[in-house]
Amino acid sequence: MLDKTGIALKEQVLSRFPKKELLVKAKAIIECYQDIPCNPCQTSCPFGAIYIGDDINQQPKLIVEKCTGCGICVTSCPGLAIMLAKTEREKAVFKIPYEFLPVPKVGENWYAVNRSGEIIGDAFIEMVQNIPRQDKTVLVTVSTKIDYLYDFVTIRSRDHE
Amino acid sequence: MRIEKHPILTFEPKEELHFIFDGTPLTGYKGDTIQSALHACGIKKLSESIEHHRPRGFYCAIGNCASCDMTVNGKPNVRTCITMLEEGMVIISQKGKGVL
Amino acid sequence: MILKDLIIIGGGPAGLCAAKTASEAGLNILIIERSPKLGGQLIKQTHKFFGSEKTYAKTRGFDIAKILIGDVLKRPEQIEILLDATVVGLYPDHELTVYQYGIYSKYKAKAIVVATGASEKFLAFENNDLPGIYGAGAVQTLMNLYGVLPGNSIVMVGSGNIGLIVSYQLMQAGVKVKALVEAAPKIGGYLVHASKLRRLGVPIMTSTTVKRAIGKDALEQVELVSLNEKWEMIQGSEKIIDTDALCISVGLSPLHQLLSMAHVEMKFVNELGGMVPVISSEHETSVKNLFVCGDVVGIEEASSAIVEGYLVGLIAAKRLGYIHPNYETLEANYHAQLTNLRSGPFGLKTRIGLAKLRGEDYAR
Ligand SMILES: Cc1cc2nc3c(=O)[nH]c(=O)nc-3n(C[C@H](O)[C@H](O)[C@H](O)COP(=O)(O)OP(=O)(O)OC[C@H]3O[C@@H](n4cnc5c(N)ncnc54)[C@H](O)[C@@H]3O)c2cc1C
Ligand code: SF4
Ligand code: SF4
Ligand code: FES
Repeated sequence: MLDKTGIALKEQVLSRFPKKELLVKAKAIIECYQDIPCNPCQTSCPFGAIYIGDDINQQPKLIVEKCTGCGICVTSCPGLAIMLAKTEREKAVFKIPYEFLPVPKVGENWYAVNRSGEIIGDAFIEMVQNIPRQDKTVLVTVSTKIDYLYDFVTIRSRDHE
Repeated sequence: MRIEKHPILTFEPKEELHFIFDGTPLTGYKGDTIQSALHACGIKKLSESIEHHRPRGFYCAIGNCASCDMTVNGKPNVRTCITMLEEGMVIISQKGKGVL
Repeated sequence: MILKDLIIIGGGPAGLCAAKTASEAGLNILIIERSPKLGGQLIKQTHKFFGSEKTYAKTRGFDIAKILIGDVLKRPEQIEILLDATVVGLYPDHELTVYQYGIYSKYKAKAIVVATGASEKFLAFENNDLPGIYGAGAVQTLMNLYGVLPGNSIVMVGSGNIGLIVSYQLMQAGVKVKALVEAAPKIGGYLVHASKLRRLGVPIMTSTTVKRAIGKDALEQVELVSLNEKWEMIQGSEKIIDTDALCISVGLSPLHQLLSMAHVEMKFVNELGGMVPVISSEHETSVKNLFVCGDVVGIEEASSAIVEGYLVGLIAAKRLGYIHPNYETLEANYHAQLTNLRSGPFGLKTRIGLAKLRGEDYAR
């Protein structure tokens, strides 16, 4: 499926989420399902929470306890394959990488989009970070209904035709 | 068809250059190739093929394929994708083999 | 005839990196580059590169180019650069003909490094010569160097990393990518890049190809068709999409013409992209002191082109009597990096290809 359409299966996605109890704090969700020669996620994490090892082709593994939810890996991954997720009562809160115009603004209401590119509901823009170290990959904090925890992956502007 | 805003790149405003394409006055920018300036003006057909008079546009944009050859300031078979645009150029789309 | 110690043909990542280590070893170098800028493929790349941090992964391609060019410009007394200069002839006695600004000149070197990279493959279908049909490299040049959009919408053919990445770049520039089609049953490039597109709403259609292009003076529509397991067109599965641009990205083949001209022993190795020079473990061709590095010896990535370049620079300099102060450590380190980069499933093709090139059996 994934290798025909680019859409990860539900099981694959779930396998990258830590137990729900742990998501009271933001954790990195690393959706890199293939052995490719790549490792900036590991080398960028200041807390040693991503492990690839000496063979650069191995898939990255998250060491959940070490992940502080700082978000550095999110804007370092060239595959834009990492986001942060956490739960806040009835809300799911994400930090996602975003490289398109317009750049979202705090307080705006955008569409929440799933891994197939379909609109699933609303996404509220909570915070927008764009410091030089991120090198133009904007880090956007969004919240959605908790129901979208495992479906949400990105946002789309309401002005998008 | 110029990119006005881009999330990663910045295109600084550049000096305008004027040129003539098949009798029509057009405007491009300094730093354009002849081909990029024409394309930005919406002109895709650059020539016609020698035998069957099929329309031709650019293909490789690095001077490899000859599909963008045009007559420039009277000189035929100029690779317009790697030739920089200059003020006052007279550019003619080539029909068949370029002749002087 | 102009005499030089080392001439490097091609100023992409491989050529630039060869110049760096060879100059550190003390050698004087001339780099000859066909285009008006150094950097090769890198200057058109706006995305963050995957690969290893050691070869600047997570830095955007055009910024990697700046770093590599900066390394070379640091040594102006040793490294001379000719831009807008194309090597049009290369002969077995290390002589070459260079065309620049309407003038042909002859050069001769004690050693030569060929780092000319690759050219794009083409695809046969009805009306494939209509204006509006472009190679992926052309689309990138137009869009990322000149800031001009190739069209309002586009259909991309080919799901290798280039097709996937250029589609993403097109969307960033504001072009609507209507579909990405791939003849094979599976996506060819990295799935992270495919997922990145899919979530933006781009349909990825595997087992599909272009049947014909439709349009009068320029492209107006493309007709797509599904393929069965035997890669035959399925009658009745045709589908017409309105679009004013079609981008072809069906692979690269090494730019081998100069090497063939120099009577270098060549071999056709499909896994490496086509005709490639037979090389020793020192990246030397069958012609003595004629070395190669980067995509011209097999289509790979910038990460491997960079490391191969560093390695070949060391070796070529040593051959001319200039030994890099850290020769041994560096050489071992570069070999180890290359092995590591090629050790995964995506490196399999290169591993098989290199084994075939050396006439070995490839045992998994
Ligand atoms: C869209 C795209 C995305 C990519 N993404 C990545 C990535 O994320 N990570 C990664 O590691 N790699 C990536 N690559 C691959 C990488 O760019 C190439 O593998 C790398 O550039 C090869 O380096 P090279 O120096 O061998 O060749 P090139 O970069 O092609 O350079 C060759 C140079 O030689 C010059 N030349 C050719 N013939 C002559 C001649 N006769 N005379 C003079 N000069 C000549 C050319 O003008 C060119 O400048 C990507 C490539 C593309 C197209
Ligand atoms: S969020 Fe921070 S701590 Fe967690 S894996 Fe990413 S970089 Fe490491
Ligand atoms: S940086 Fe991203 S694409 Fe590269 S290995 Fe890590 S998660 Fe995968
Ligand atoms: S488009 Fe190929 S030579 Fe100009």
